[in-house]
Amino acid sequence: MPSRTSNLCERCEASKAVMRRPKNLQKLCKECFFHVFETEVHLTIEKEKLFQPGETVAIGASGGKDSTVLASILKTLNERYNYGIHLVLLSIDEGIVGYRDDSLATVKRNQQQYEMPLEIVSYKDLYNWTMDEIVSCSGVKSSCTYCGVLRRQALDRGAMKLGISHVVTGHNADDMAETVLMNLLRGDTARLESSTNITTKSTGSPIKRSKPFKYCYQKEIVLYAHYKKLDYFSTECTYAPEAFRGTARVLMKNLESVRPSCILDIIYSGEHFKLKQRKKRPGPKTPALQDQETEIRSDGSVSLQNNGNRCERCGYLSTNRICKACLLLQGLELSRAKLSIAADAVPKVEEDQLQRRLQHLSF
Amino acid sequence: MHSVTVNECTVAAQEPPTIRDLMYHITETLLVDKKDFDVFVEDGTIRPGILVLINDTDWELEGEDEYVLQDGDVVAFTSTLHGG
Repeated sequence: MPSRTSNLCERCEASKAVMRRPKNLQKLCKECFFHVFETEVHLTIEKEKLFQPGETVAIGASGGKDSTVLASILKTLNERYNYGIHLVLLSIDEGIVGYRDDSLATVKRNQQQYEMPLEIVSYKDLYNWTMDEIVSCSGVKSSCTYCGVLRRQALDRGAMKLGISHVVTGHNADDMAETVLMNLLRGDTARLESSTNITTKSTGSPIKRSKPFKYCYQKEIVLYAHYKKLDYFSTECTYAPEAFRGTARVLMKNLESVRPSCILDIIYSGEHFKLKQRKKRPGPKTPALQDQETEIRSDGSVSLQNNGNRCERCGYLSTNRICKACLLLQGLELSRAKLSIAADAVPKVEEDQLQRRLQHLSF
Repeated sequence: MHSVTVNECTVAAQEPPTIRDLMYHITETLLVDKKDFDVFVEDGTIRPGILVLINDTDWELEGEDEYVLQDGDVVAFTSTLHGG
């Protein structure tokens, strides 16, 4: 049996290596890994000038590994390099029994562990719908569509409520490469160009979003959480994951196992895509290309060109007369009536569970 | 990870058992739902995206599937695929 070649850390050459970095195959010991990983995040923050001294920054916290590591690292770096920022945890309660309630318990522990204020905004309060109710109304298949649109707005509203204009999220290199691939595969060129930006902002919105983990491999984030023994929650959302994203993820994971650097390579490619200026089509429905949020609705709602338009219903920023969340909710309200009759007979929770089970059966 | 299950298992084999043997042992004895086989195994190895730690060390440093198990080894499988 051939024994393994020396497994010493290639950086300090003193301790036993515990991991191999996907981006350059370097073998590192625990301490060197922490140092290298934290420093790389710091360098990204420096290079992109993500934070201003005195700024209050909300961390979009789900209780999952990415956002937990983000909270932990930002606290560490803020103290180590004197960013002078104030950190706040901002969580969204989608109202998914057995998933979000458990992960919110994790966020509440993080609040103690990292000594940060915590604000929880719920779909129920904002929209008068929980995800469980939405799914029982519209089915599992479209759950991610609803949840995505509503969450984006909920994060903004939560930040606004706190008077914060900067939200950071735990999106990592894997997520970003996956998004580039997805946009490429779908031919979604409008999103392709902006999908690798580290900071994004909706047109006219006072709130910007940043991804300090843009260049961090998922594997390293998981290892960091594991070796630092961070308290995080790890369960797949109760509802089916977004099918196309799942496929893109599998494709990428397979590519990564052949060529680990491909994740960074895809991001690099994404950053250098420069699309040919497209001629604007005449007519009132011309989509505003420069706006990432633009959605062309089939219901005839007019896409307005000037920035900073507000939704007629909720007052949220929208390029259309009515924002996407309100449109989705409007559709839901139509089917709500049917539900309330059934709700009289069956207790709400049981009904949700039954619905969910039925939806699983249909596959 | 919340859903960690600690299983002490005895893998009986003529040859010294490897991680690959352990993988099949798990799929045969621990998987409740056979559909989950593909979630765990792909092309005869652990599916990409599942992080394997042998005594807290990245299995990539230990020879991956070929690693020969020793008594008392702790092997952890962590999915990196679930949401953040």
